[in-house]
Amino acid sequence: MSVAIDTIEHMFEYGDMAPASATLAASSAVSSRPSVRELQERIRSMQATKLDSRLIPTHPAIAGLLPGGGLKQGSTYSLDHSATLMMALLAAPSQAGSWCGVVGVPEFGAEAASSFGVDLERLVLVPNPGDQWLAVTAAIADVMGVVVVRPPKRASDGNLARLAGRLRQRGSTLIVLGTWPQSEAMISLSQSEWSGIGDGFGHLSARQVTVTVSTRMGGRPRSARLWLPDPELQFAPVAIASHPERYGSERHNPERHDSEQQDSGSYLRAV
Amino acid sequence: MSTAAPIARSLVLWVPDWPITASIRVSPLPADVPLALIDKGQVFASSAAARAEGVQRGLRVREAQARCTELIVRPYEQQLDQRTFETIVAEIEELMPGVQLVRPGICAIRSRGPARYYGGEKPAGLALVTLLDELGVAGACVGIADGPFTAEQAARTATNSKRVRVVPAGDAALFLRDLPINLIEQPNLVVLLRRLGISTLGEFAALPADDVLGRFGELGAHLHALSGGLDSRPIVHRIPPQELDLAVAFEPALDRVDQVTFGVRAAADDFVQTLVARHLVCTSLRVEIETDLGDYSERSWLHPRSFTAADVVDRVRWQLQGSAEVDSGLRSGVTRVRIVPESVDAIGNHEVGLFGAGPDERVHNGLSRVQSMLGHDGVLVAVMSGGRTLADRATTVPWGDRPLLSHSPGEPWPGRLPAPFPGTVFPAPHPVHVFGPGGSSVGVSERGVLSARPVRFASSASGREIREITAWAGPWPVAERWWDAEVSRNINRFQIVDDRGIAWLLVLDGENWSAEARYD
Repeated sequence: MSVAIDTIEHMFEYGDMAPASATLAASSAVSSRPSVRELQERIRSMQATKLDSRLIPTHPAIAGLLPGGGLKQGSTYSLDHSATLMMALLAAPSQAGSWCGVVGVPEFGAEAASSFGVDLERLVLVPNPGDQWLAVTAAIADVMGVVVVRPPKRASDGNLARLAGRLRQRGSTLIVLGTWPQSEAMISLSQSEWSGIGDGFGHLSARQVTVTVSTRMGGRPRSARLWLPDPELQFAPVAIASHPERYGSERHNPERHDSEQQDSGSYLRAV
Repeated sequence: MSTAAPIARSLVLWVPDWPITASIRVSPLPADVPLALIDKGQVFASSAAARAEGVQRGLRVREAQARCTELIVRPYEQQLDQRTFETIVAEIEELMPGVQLVRPGICAIRSRGPARYYGGEKPAGLALVTLLDELGVAGACVGIADGPFTAEQAARTATNSKRVRVVPAGDAALFLRDLPINLIEQPNLVVLLRRLGISTLGEFAALPADDVLGRFGELGAHLHALSGGLDSRPIVHRIPPQELDLAVAFEPALDRVDQVTFGVRAAADDFVQTLVARHLVCTSLRVEIETDLGDYSERSWLHPRSFTAADVVDRVRWQLQGSAEVDSGLRSGVTRVRIVPESVDAIGNHEVGLFGAGPDERVHNGLSRVQSMLGHDGVLVAVMSGGRTLADRATTVPWGDRPLLSHSPGEPWPGRLPAPFPGTVFPAPHPVHVFGPGGSSVGVSERGVLSARPVRFASSASGREIREITAWAGPWPVAERWWDAEVSRNINRFQIVDDRGIAWLLVLDGENWSAEARYD
């Protein structure tokens, strides 16, 4: 029992450990590591908003970056302003037969959504919800599997908690364009490079971007270089970046990495 | 001459200028106002006052307005004609059964029955004219003769002082003899006969029937028989349609939306129950609302499946609410609401499956709730359409309506954008500035030559936030529909990539740059 308590104790000590437990850690370092991971999992599951969170279909290129290996039912994700990435997240659940709702995005490009695999027959747009956006989002989340919303202004914490409860109860996933307290993960996009277009010739045909996911649980942001989209309108990891972590450390310039970490730090404090 | 079938004595009712009468009945105007109905840019019908000023059928709108400056111009609606006459026919059927609807404004009845009941053909005609006067239809005339054709001509020649004209049995040929040949309403044949020196019906009737058949075929022979007063067409009376309408009158007038919807609720239940009792469901309906200030609004509503009572009430509420405001009061009190099923279908085609209609029912209910918050246009479904610009290619339809596409998405549309498509399409053009080397402006000549290569651009109308352009392509001209000034388009499109890696679709219209879409 005491061993277990010690293990829990030093789980919360990042970096420098107390000398008293150092001997214990040194003696049982090899044996305790799996149990540490196990306990971390347990803490995470106790902190999670829902005990049994099931995943909804997620595009494999992005799923690997997300905590838990995909978009979870009843969770909220916040997304940097990228319509293509939003459509990439909608495409897989839409093809699996769930309905998608888009609230407060009057400039939604339906043709792009259709070409990326979102089924327009199961897509509903509420371009201008006005002041009632929260009520509309909740009503749409009642009946749709995935809801995208761009909040026109901040809502009160009480209303947000009610919405989160409703999402958990209905098992809908909310994707927020912009920041959102209590979001499961924040997905952002950087280093976008277009190909196929030159100095006065060609046309846009494909794009490579770095997609970075930072989570509420802290830890390093995970990023990967993706085709968004590739010349065949598919989303796929870029071949040279088969190892996302290594890619991140090699290609990111250190300054940028620091700022990302700082971002996630301030983000954590906000939570 | 051969007489195949016995010729029935017919009574034809003719209302002059029916389109005008119908239009005035729907949205009231004083009877002596000059009014013209316009179809395809030309005058289709004009009121007596307008005719007195020289407004004739076939004039262009502008010319008609020049002749009569006080002219009120309305679009011509054929459906409205039909619909308004339908109510008149229903009233006539109350008086004399067996009405054949020839076209809006004209109907035919076998005169034998009414003549026996009213004690003569003339009294029967007078009874009909009296009924029309009571219904507020001015100037209706009745003609009674052998066969509907002759009776119609008799009705048309009736005068204001003598509104029932009876052509005695057997006198049809004599009556028609001096009438002009163009009454047979076959322009090609009329021109030909005129060239042959035949200008009256009598002269045409005098030709030998066999020769007419040999020269002009069956149609010619038929018209020949008509002009000889030998109209053997029987009168086929219509079967009165089942009455499925619902009308609720409010006394005193109600001026709040919730009061009206509450008043309609019970009636909507009855409406749906009546349909179900006849094994029907309603898939589209029309709501007509009258107010005490004399306003009249009507609108058709479609449903993806079939209307339930709650759906009917919703449609009434949406129509009252208009576009935006939810809790606003009405301008004037509502006196009457009428709900007419426009298309019905057998209930068997709309039966819910054994295991329910699945999640769609739930989705529909949820979205209907959002529509009741935001109005009917608040919830949209995107449909791919045809066209070259992104706005043309994706049209949105309110949830519950059926899409009506004017351009087919299946056609090739040369000049449209190549894939991938932009995820952000600005609903209204977003003004931007594009600069060439040294801040010069960038333009495209009439021959499609670029004046300078684009180097920098500002993504806002204010011109701040200037970004470098790292790659660009264009100009791609789009010149569409030069023949129609309202929708013609002559623009050049460019794709550019800025220094942050965001790509834009820019449009140069004349000298104005705007962003049509963003690839983000």
